[in-house]
Amino acid sequence: MPLTNERAEELAEQCRQFRVDVLTAIHGAQSGHPGGSLSVCEILTLLYQELMNVDAKRPDDPDRDRLVLCKGHAAPMLYRNLIEKGFLPADSMATLRKLDSQLQGHPSIHTPGVEMPSGPLGIGLSAAQGMALGLKLNGSPARVYAVLGDGELNEGAVWEAAMSAPKFGLDNLTAIVDWNKVQLDGTTDEIMPIRDLPAKWSAFGWNVVRCDGHDLQALCSAVELARATKGVPTVIIADTIKGKGVSFMEGKAAWHGKAISDEDYAKAMAELGGDR
Amino acid sequence: MAQAIREVYGNVLTELGEQNKDIVVLDADLSGSTKSKVFGQKFPDRFFNMGIAESNMVATAAGLSTTGKIPFVNTFTVFLTTLGLIATRAQVCYGNLNVKLGGAYCGMSDALDGATHHATEDMAAMRALPNMTLLVPSDATSTRWATEYAAKTWGPFYLRLSRDVYPDLYAPDYKFECGKGAIVRDGNDVTVIACGLLVHKAIEAANELEKKGVSVRVVDMYSVKPIDRELILKCAEETGAIVTAEEHNIYGGLGSAVSEVLAWAGAGVPTEFVGIRDTFTESAPYAQLLAKYGVDANGVAAGIEKALTRKK
Repeated sequence: MPLTNERAEELAEQCRQFRVDVLTAIHGAQSGHPGGSLSVCEILTLLYQELMNVDAKRPDDPDRDRLVLCKGHAAPMLYRNLIEKGFLPADSMATLRKLDSQLQGHPSIHTPGVEMPSGPLGIGLSAAQGMALGLKLNGSPARVYAVLGDGELNEGAVWEAAMSAPKFGLDNLTAIVDWNKVQLDGTTDEIMPIRDLPAKWSAFGWNVVRCDGHDLQALCSAVELARATKGVPTVIIADTIKGKGVSFMEGKAAWHGKAISDEDYAKAMAELGGDR
Repeated sequence: MAQAIREVYGNVLTELGEQNKDIVVLDADLSGSTKSKVFGQKFPDRFFNMGIAESNMVATAAGLSTTGKIPFVNTFTVFLTTLGLIATRAQVCYGNLNVKLGGAYCGMSDALDGATHHATEDMAAMRALPNMTLLVPSDATSTRWATEYAAKTWGPFYLRLSRDVYPDLYAPDYKFECGKGAIVRDGNDVTVIACGLLVHKAIEAANELEKKGVSVRVVDMYSVKPIDRELILKCAEETGAIVTAEEHNIYGGLGSAVSEVLAWAGAGVPTEFVGIRDTFTESAPYAQLLAKYGVDANGVAAGIEKALTRKK
């Protein structure tokens, strides 16, 4: 079902607020990854706040949907979504990257709501595949989402899983590539050209859906297409903008992982309506 | 009697699969060698051949374990503990997941394939990972115990298995305990603390030296992590000299683990390290390799004699 206009507006407002809160936490930590946290905002927010069957009151429900944030450096946006779902206390964002915090720089499985540690790139899709295999063996209706970065696609292990998931017919597995076209040292074209990304997945046997990764309606339709596809896994190639929502961060590799100065923070808040 | 460790492992795994439907097995296109194929033929729905993709295999096992499955992951030791290491560290151990790693061809047991296929630093890597339990079976009975114990005990396990045939050492009803070692031959002058194949080489060496009037104790340290501190300290005190013996680099494995215990306790005694001396190995028949790299009965005997000279 498509989102109602009213629901789409609510989610868009949540995304705006999550961007504010994530940048506030990264600014507070004086460390973290603004660019990739902002680009993945709509993807994570739509999944957690609208589509996935997850409930903080039943964290061990065997039939819960799972999400692996393969691009673990976008952890702050994951944490903000988990707070909204009630897995973590609202004030925990301020503890990001601080001693004794539940909010590690990269996701730890010891954080409520986190299904798999992540951060080292390349191995998240495989772990999601393992979850999907296990759920199928258990006869569970649960679905597994693996959210990958595009820099991450440099890692060969991603393509090991790209090859194996169709072999196992994992139609309960959906990979979503946050295709923001920028990695740490520069654009993906400069660092390691990915060339025809949809064709690559297609050649491995995946159902490929491409959409605007900041358009909630388009993303929602893509996930529904994935759910309806039988026999093969689906990859959603989501066209996104690194640093989306903050003009001076957009498309800039420099904002992959950089502390935010007080001055830049104030500018970003003004753009995002942070004082609303 | 003597039995091939990999055969015993494959058979025990299959028996366990019969008893527990949550056990699943993964292999990286070496199931005929690791003997995980025995399980695969019996339970094709719970056997996943991942192709030659070790990183994908270990990470897939990590995911499987979060759905209540108990994955046993198999390939040659050297590939499992190198190509599989990132997922072992970042997912299996950091997540304290219920994944069991079976390193099938430890040490130089894949003799003719040469240095690229020998695993001589795997214990160093696996031992340094928090949450990991490291067991090294030395015969059919201990292989059975280690496999069964790993299956029924929560957490990451690394089983250091051999391609080779080991003589029987334990009675079928022997009570093994994780975190313990076993005195498999008693003696008073020196203790050899060994694991895997080297337990047998140590016993051979001890039997030879007995003819010269030397009384050698042999400990099978089948649980390398956690390790039996009490037994190590007792042997140091009672025999006054220690020789460690392993089919592994002398750096980072059993010898290091034993030395750490002695140093922490301030209980140092003359200690010799029998193992591969920080070098790459080569292709040859297994017995010739063991002799050349000093990890046969002669190598252990030489270590014992050095330790005894220093003890005097």
